[in-house]
Amino acid sequence: MSHSSSPAGVRALADAAPAAASRQRLADRWLPRLVLSPTIIMSLVFVYGFIAWTAWLSFTESRLLPRYDWAGLTQYLALFDNERWWTAVANLGVFGGLFILCTLVVGLLLAVLLDQKIRAEGALRAIYLYPMALSFIVTGTAWKWMLNPDMGLQKVLNDWGFANFTFDWLVDPDRAIYTVVIAGVWQSSGFVMALFLAGLRGVDDSIIKAAQVDGASLPTIYRRIVIPSLRPVFFSVLLILSHIAIKSFDLVMALTGGGPGTSSDVPAIFMYQFAFTRGQLGLGAASAMMMLMTIVAVLVPLMYLETRSAKRG
Amino acid sequence: MANKLSIGRLLVYAALALVALYYLLPLYVMLTTSFKTLDDIRQGNLLSLPHAWDGGAWAKAWASACTGIECGGMKGFFWNSVKMTVPAVLISTMIGAVNGYVVSMWRFKGSDALFTLLLVGCFIPFQVVLLPMAQLLGWLGLANTTAGLVLVHVIYGTAFTTLFFRNFYVTVPDELVKAGRIDGAGFWTIFFRILLPVSGPIFVVCVIWQFTQIWNDFLFGVVFAAGEAQPITVALNNLVNTSTGVKEYNVDMASAIIAALPTLFVYMVAGRYFVRGLTAGAVKG
Repeated sequence: MSHSSSPAGVRALADAAPAAASRQRLADRWLPRLVLSPTIIMSLVFVYGFIAWTAWLSFTESRLLPRYDWAGLTQYLALFDNERWWTAVANLGVFGGLFILCTLVVGLLLAVLLDQKIRAEGALRAIYLYPMALSFIVTGTAWKWMLNPDMGLQKVLNDWGFANFTFDWLVDPDRAIYTVVIAGVWQSSGFVMALFLAGLRGVDDSIIKAAQVDGASLPTIYRRIVIPSLRPVFFSVLLILSHIAIKSFDLVMALTGGGPGTSSDVPAIFMYQFAFTRGQLGLGAASAMMMLMTIVAVLVPLMYLETRSAKRG
Repeated sequence: MANKLSIGRLLVYAALALVALYYLLPLYVMLTTSFKTLDDIRQGNLLSLPHAWDGGAWAKAWASACTGIECGGMKGFFWNSVKMTVPAVLISTMIGAVNGYVVSMWRFKGSDALFTLLLVGCFIPFQVVLLPMAQLLGWLGLANTTAGLVLVHVIYGTAFTTLFFRNFYVTVPDELVKAGRIDGAGFWTIFFRILLPVSGPIFVVCVIWQFTQIWNDFLFGVVFAAGEAQPITVALNNLVNTSTGVKEYNVDMASAIIAALPTLFVYMVAGRYFVRGLTAGAVKG
């Protein structure tokens, strides 16, 4: 598709109207660069430039207003000394781990079940996937109501005769973060199901038939042949889910608001509150940089493994 | 054998149906609660149907519920979201289409590297650009405005839209473009006459994806437009977490459904494309 190998037709045309054709060739040479350049400049300024700006802020004493005098690692030391930050990090670990694991298992299970030539597959798929169209704020609002300790699911079970049943995780500082897992899995597992189902549909049927002829049972076939062949899908899913987990903000805000107290804080909420409501710009910037580094630390190895496994075929 | 098989299939169906119920439960609860009166909510439980279907909560949610100090319902914020989403979706999609065309059909030296550079924008946690962006919007006089939000969504949406169109255009056969060149068509002619006519599906996918993302966004909304220009997600969160007075769960639920309706509607009429967008977006992570 390079310009040096212009086909004979173009050359003939160029002979007919040399001036117009050469003008067009010149335009075709520069237009693509010209057209792409605003986006590139935008990206350089608003992505790379802004990251550098945030990094700089994280090395200053900025509080309510940005200041640009070098203060070294002061903010990072303050961050690592901040108990609330470590609560947020621990919560991210609990939430991230459980959310990724549960979503992965539920999604894969649903995909395998749906792959059994099910009647009404389309309708079921639509039901599993609709939460993905909702805002995390809507999901949080709905689950906050359902998990309401006085009037929510607890009351339903009490009315059904389980008088001693209590379910007050939403207001229990030790359990609040698990409610975020419940709502998060509800929202995202349908999406993971769709990804796995697409992968399953790509598996060659004849391999499965051959294994069946050899007398392998269906669960064995899935465990030994089908699921291992979904390796690239696993990588994509892990990539997406860890990304969602680390950035999670809306869902926690709507469901628990980081509470009770600060018990279900996550780094994204920590960043938002210190940077925008508590006037601690430097500390907020430092926590944002830590989030960026976490994403890089998780995504880069995953992407490396993914491309390596893709190359192997 | 046949009998055993059918028991297995029965179990599969039972499991699938059970999970479907679990997925539908929040929707059912939201709908029924929104049509109950407060007394009805207190007397019944989460799963009971309304005694009398009452639209009062809906009227209040739309026109007079309090989100903080203001008591104008979701109405104004719904239109804020519309005014933010429509231009942001259209602009970012059009830029993405042209960008995708360049990086797939007009590759030049270094264009692959530039594309990779652009893609990084899909992966960063946006927290890392919030502070500078807030400062910039303040300087431009766009803080707490819908125009400011449109700008932010266009800037950070373009990486995704470019990726969508690029992935689509690399599947278009080269011959189409080569034939155009032989006929003497230039850069724009090829784009408008040859590629745009076959780009329908990817436009739908891209518009749906961007619409869902931007309508549902909360982070940019809460940081850059906390006041009158706040989008509906921010208003909903304020409504639900306002702690003054009696908690009106029916109004909360009606408001949540109002906030969810546009994306749910799109999902219902174009679900097929929605799924395609998700899986296409998945390639990038």
